[in-house]
Amino acid sequence: MLTKPQTTSQRIDGRMGKLSKIEKKREHEKPAIVFGNQWDYAPAPEATDFFKIGKRYELFIGGKWQKPRSKSYFTTISPSSEAVLAEIAEADDSDVDAAVMAARHAYDRYWSRLLPSDRSKYLFRIARALQEKARQFAVVESMDGGKPIKESRDVDLPLAIAHFFYHAGWADKLDLAFQGRAVRPLGVAAQIIPWNFPLLMAAWKIAPALACGNTVVLKPAETTPLTALMLAELIEECDLPPGVVNIVTGAGKTGAALVNHPDVNKVAFTGSTEVGKRIQRAVAGTSKRLTLELGGKAANIVFADAPLDQAVEGIIGGIFFNQGHVCCAGSRLLVEESIAPLLLRKLRDRMATLRVGDPLDKNTDVGAINSQMQLDKIRELVAAGEREGAERFSVSCPLPKKGFWFPPTVFTNVSLSSRIAREEIFGPVLSTLTFRTPDEAIEKANNSVYGLSAGVWTDKGSKIFHMASKLRAGVVWANTFNKFDPTSPFGGYKESGFGREGGRQGLSAYVEVV
Amino acid sequence: MARSKVVKKVAKQAEAKLKQADAAFVRVKVAAEVEQSLSTSRTIERVTVNKAYKMYIGGAFVRSESGRSFRVKGPKSTDPEVVNMPRGSRKDIRDAVLVAKNAQASWAARTPFNRGQILYRLAEMMESRRSELAMSLGREGREGREGREGREGQGAADAAREVQVAIDRCVYYSGMCDKLSALLASHNPVSGPHFGFTLPESLGVVGIVSPTSPSLLGLVSAVVPVITGGNTVVAIVASGDPRTAAIWTECLATSDLPGGVVNVIYGQADELLPHMAKHREVSGLSLWGDLGALGVQAEIDGADSVKRVRRYGDADRSLIATEDGARGLGYVEPFLEFKTVWHPMGM
Repeated sequence: MLTKPQTTSQRIDGRMGKLSKIEKKREHEKPAIVFGNQWDYAPAPEATDFFKIGKRYELFIGGKWQKPRSKSYFTTISPSSEAVLAEIAEADDSDVDAAVMAARHAYDRYWSRLLPSDRSKYLFRIARALQEKARQFAVVESMDGGKPIKESRDVDLPLAIAHFFYHAGWADKLDLAFQGRAVRPLGVAAQIIPWNFPLLMAAWKIAPALACGNTVVLKPAETTPLTALMLAELIEECDLPPGVVNIVTGAGKTGAALVNHPDVNKVAFTGSTEVGKRIQRAVAGTSKRLTLELGGKAANIVFADAPLDQAVEGIIGGIFFNQGHVCCAGSRLLVEESIAPLLLRKLRDRMATLRVGDPLDKNTDVGAINSQMQLDKIRELVAAGEREGAERFSVSCPLPKKGFWFPPTVFTNVSLSSRIAREEIFGPVLSTLTFRTPDEAIEKANNSVYGLSAGVWTDKGSKIFHMASKLRAGVVWANTFNKFDPTSPFGGYKESGFGREGGRQGLSAYVEVV
Repeated sequence: MARSKVVKKVAKQAEAKLKQADAAFVRVKVAAEVEQSLSTSRTIERVTVNKAYKMYIGGAFVRSESGRSFRVKGPKSTDPEVVNMPRGSRKDIRDAVLVAKNAQASWAARTPFNRGQILYRLAEMMESRRSELAMSLGREGREGREGREGREGQGAADAAREVQVAIDRCVYYSGMCDKLSALLASHNPVSGPHFGFTLPESLGVVGIVSPTSPSLLGLVSAVVPVITGGNTVVAIVASGDPRTAAIWTECLATSDLPGGVVNVIYGQADELLPHMAKHREVSGLSLWGDLGALGVQAEIDGADSVKRVRRYGDADRSLIATEDGARGLGYVEPFLEFKTVWHPMGM
């Protein structure tokens, strides 16, 4: 009964780029393709029996695990099962104060006096130790945050390790990084990171700060504190001087205490634009240095001359990677009008092959939404999109009963003024708009308060450079999307924040150029 | 009776004659004085033409939309005691931001070589107006509003030196336009089959509150590095020496600098800065001098659109005055963006 499913790409395989205009026009009208929901896949779960998550985690201050003075704890759960994973200490003002004092002490007494080459070796040590424990970190990342193990294993961990390794090498070469200019560290860095890439963001923050000679107080997000706390254990094992890295856990209040602490020299924040603005106001009038990596609403622009099958893969990766919990997600698809029906057909076909489910299953493409709160926000914006007249297509896949889930969704007929075209959804929801000329594409792409990233798909090299130069975005991916590397500066234009992370340019955030 | 009447009549006539003589004497005396004053204090060759100083917005010299003005000492001792400077308003700020925004893309799109030539042309124009700028600085100071007296009587040698350093600073940044990429860009050796690079780009419209002193060199040092990177500027000259600033804008106007790239408004910082800080089309703020609570509020207002705010303190201000101070990437880089581009490599 079951015929072998044939994808659109298979049908035109070997003839790519040779379709006549009429063929292209008709391509999207061909009958729907039946996909994976016709049969079950055998489960392929990642092992979880080779390590143990602690029952309770205290605060990591001055090289010691300290109980919170508030004596209060909160739980962190697995968003895919809602099972409690551990109890986490909630740091109050006095805990934050102790952490900043520990960091200051470590800075004055030890870290700032250390030979740069020794700083470097400590960071190499962390990179190596993290490589040795990579799988364990990846599994916990997926359990605590809901992202597919495929991603935490193949993206988050390798990148986090690479960040430590890369910045280790900078520690004793800062005099080369700013030619002709002397640099010195800033002091104590307060760092607040989000829940979408918990360990990777910790690496992005800690590695450059330490390499440049600063000490750190880091606050992970309240829904995903586990891997940062495991990193603290690993840093302990690496025998870093006490107080060089301090981890305080808690929610917004803890973060505010950290930002407002008078003895902090530098604030680095990754998170929502709304909170970023609050932090910018809080540090106004102080001498604290600030870098912000905030929200985005990236345009992913597909021209008619693009390699369409590759573009479809890029669109899928651009919006469904990490359930769309990505600040640089390609959440606005801009398609040249002439190929819109064909591209959308290919996109829907490809979306039907995505497997949504257990984050620890090695075959899972889309995992769980990070929290109930985030799921509510996605639902609210999707409902707004429907109300505003956009056409919704969601993959009809079975979703687990427990946990927080949202099916991959694409909207068409979206107007530029509607909420789903302007606001960051931070979920697996794509809004599609069309354009006729490159100028119109640029105009629509730049018509946003955000400017973090953008994508361009075309076979014409000169068009890529033209578009790349006109797009007001900090990262432009041409014929690719969502690529990251420690050597590659990342950060936003406009309300997506300021400062860069990664590369030589990223070092500026953690040094004073004299 | 008759006799006494005659006596009275004669006395009256004598009195009248005396009065006439007095008046004649006074007339002669006054005439002599005027004559003397004309011959000693000024020649009577011609009546001088006094300049009406205006703001510089969109490449045009304009009065304030508000119609207001304030008084500043004249540039030369022979000029009127005071000149009237237009006093900028909220609407002037908004107009200036609009033209700056509209001028920005095409300024940034010019080749760095072209921008460099225009900045060099600016130095040429300043060189040819050296004496006017120096003479204006020599009478630096401001009156008309209480408690805001500027510094008086800068010596002629000091003024001449300040103008020279200001000109040299323009030459310095002229040569920097086409070096920014070489100094700040990078090829990113990513782990994968991709070619990646990062380039500096302009930020947009930058609002400046220029330093009080040194007035000309301060304004030049605050504005020129920012436009070097392809930004456009709205500068508030709030205190110090707006007249010399106005003369500098005449150099801008004749330097091939496109209209709208630099806009200069005179007035009160507490009136103007909040509107600039709240304006969503302003992407960056460069605040010089001790602005106190006003500066803090500008930072807070700027956060609504995540502005890049840079406050320069006394250390930077004293650096300006030195010949090799306020030079370098440190004054350019805060108002640049970095754009990273990725592309796959393969067949």
